[in-house]
Amino acid sequence: MLYTENKPIEEVLESLGKEKNVFLLGCNGCAEVCETGGEKALSAMKAELEKAGKNVTSTCLVDFLCNKMLVTTRLSRQRDQLQQSDSILVLTCGIGVQTVSKVVNKVVHPAANTVSLGGLQGLWPSDERCQACGDCALDYTGGICPVTFCAKSLLNGPCGGAKDGKCEVDNEKDCGWQLIYERLQKVGRLENLKKVRVARDHSKMLPSSELRQKSFYDIEV
Amino acid sequence: MKLTKHFEQGKFVITCEVGPPKGIEIDKLIDELEPLRGKADAFNVTDLQSSVMRVGSLATCRLLKDRDLEPIMQLTCRDRNRLGLQSDVLSAAVLGIENLLCLTGDHPKLGDHPQAMPVFDLDSVQLLSAVKGIMNGKDMAGNELEGRPPEFCLGAVVNPGADPLEPQIIKMAKKIEAGAEFFQTQAVYEVDKFADFMKKVKPLKVPVMAGIVFLKSPAMAKFMNANVAGIHVPDEIIDELAAVPKEKRVEKSLEISARLIKQLKDLCQGIHIMSLGWERHIATVLEMAGL
Repeated sequence: MLYTENKPIEEVLESLGKEKNVFLLGCNGCAEVCETGGEKALSAMKAELEKAGKNVTSTCLVDFLCNKMLVTTRLSRQRDQLQQSDSILVLTCGIGVQTVSKVVNKVVHPAANTVSLGGLQGLWPSDERCQACGDCALDYTGGICPVTFCAKSLLNGPCGGAKDGKCEVDNEKDCGWQLIYERLQKVGRLENLKKVRVARDHSKMLPSSELRQKSFYDIEV
Repeated sequence: MKLTKHFEQGKFVITCEVGPPKGIEIDKLIDELEPLRGKADAFNVTDLQSSVMRVGSLATCRLLKDRDLEPIMQLTCRDRNRLGLQSDVLSAAVLGIENLLCLTGDHPKLGDHPQAMPVFDLDSVQLLSAVKGIMNGKDMAGNELEGRPPEFCLGAVVNPGADPLEPQIIKMAKKIEAGAEFFQTQAVYEVDKFADFMKKVKPLKVPVMAGIVFLKSPAMAKFMNANVAGIHVPDEIIDELAAVPKEKRVEKSLEISARLIKQLKDLCQGIHIMSLGWERHIATVLEMAGL
């Protein structure tokens, strides 16, 4: 179970900025239980965005946004609506947001903070994608996580130790910040990097007891 | 004395790096700096350089201060969280240290304790902001400090040879925004490339000190080319060093460094010499470079 919490709507609207046409993508997996994904969250977000004057080009619900194949198949049916959109607002955990950024060449924005992985690393079978920092930065970094992709989890840019695009700690590993730089360049959002990101609040990593309660299943109660 | 005072006076500033020993016999190191009295403006004391456990920067800085040699305390984010870092900043002020150089720091995996937990609670930009906050009388949590806040001159680093360079320059601008007042660079061997870098950072209007690392042997140059980010020693320099017999190598190496300093002098506001154990040769190089 991945615990997620909605980002404040003000933060979501700020991250969308001047983008008018927004594609809404929700997850029916863990995020549905946490009420950050799922039908209910999706329609609530649609109403919020329309109230703020945005045009929601389309909505789409995928069972597990952490499954790359599933996301690719489902989104290919809505290619036209995606193309008309300025960006995709993704209602799920950090792993889901990164899946979407990997398969679609569009700006992605996370609508939630991932708080705890609670025992399951999602369905992404390869690299570690999300450390559940509770303060999702994927919006700022073009959908590539600086906490997991940078060996030092730096938030304000590369340390300068990468050689030929590889990390100073492991020369088989790509420098996360180089990937972020290239991605932001590709989606035309390099100016994101100019913003100073303040130090992490590590207390955000703890899920509230209310959130834990919400996700208990029969076996646990 | 704050390093910024020298820049304000339009002086070409010279700093040298001092690496504390792995052990407590530190007198030899400090004695070797004596010939630089009056020649170097300040001495950077590294903070567990290359992630190797050794005597700390704070204690060594104070020993230099006691001998009237101006220290620059290097502070990295590798080993301490924000509590430890902010406390050490206050301790530095209490011990009379006026210059701080804030950097991310190497990963512990590269050093002699690869088992150690990497901290990196803050990054270099956030560390600079934290120190700036302390200078304004508040800690990172917003709590007021008692009494008079400390004053520091804050420095940072940049790697002009990084590829791609643009993210380095973006981060450099953020460091300035956070409080950095001067920059020291990674070792420079390619003058044209450095000139190009200086042109790009001119709008940032901040003093930059070019890094000089003495080339001890052709093998060292080749090693750095293969392993150190942003350093490229051109073949001509390696060949020049390799062409002389072994007993003349030191002399040749110093000559190469002096020549580089002369070429870089008009491009930047100072030089930062990282002698890596060749502290005894720094005075000669400065003299050869006409400084």
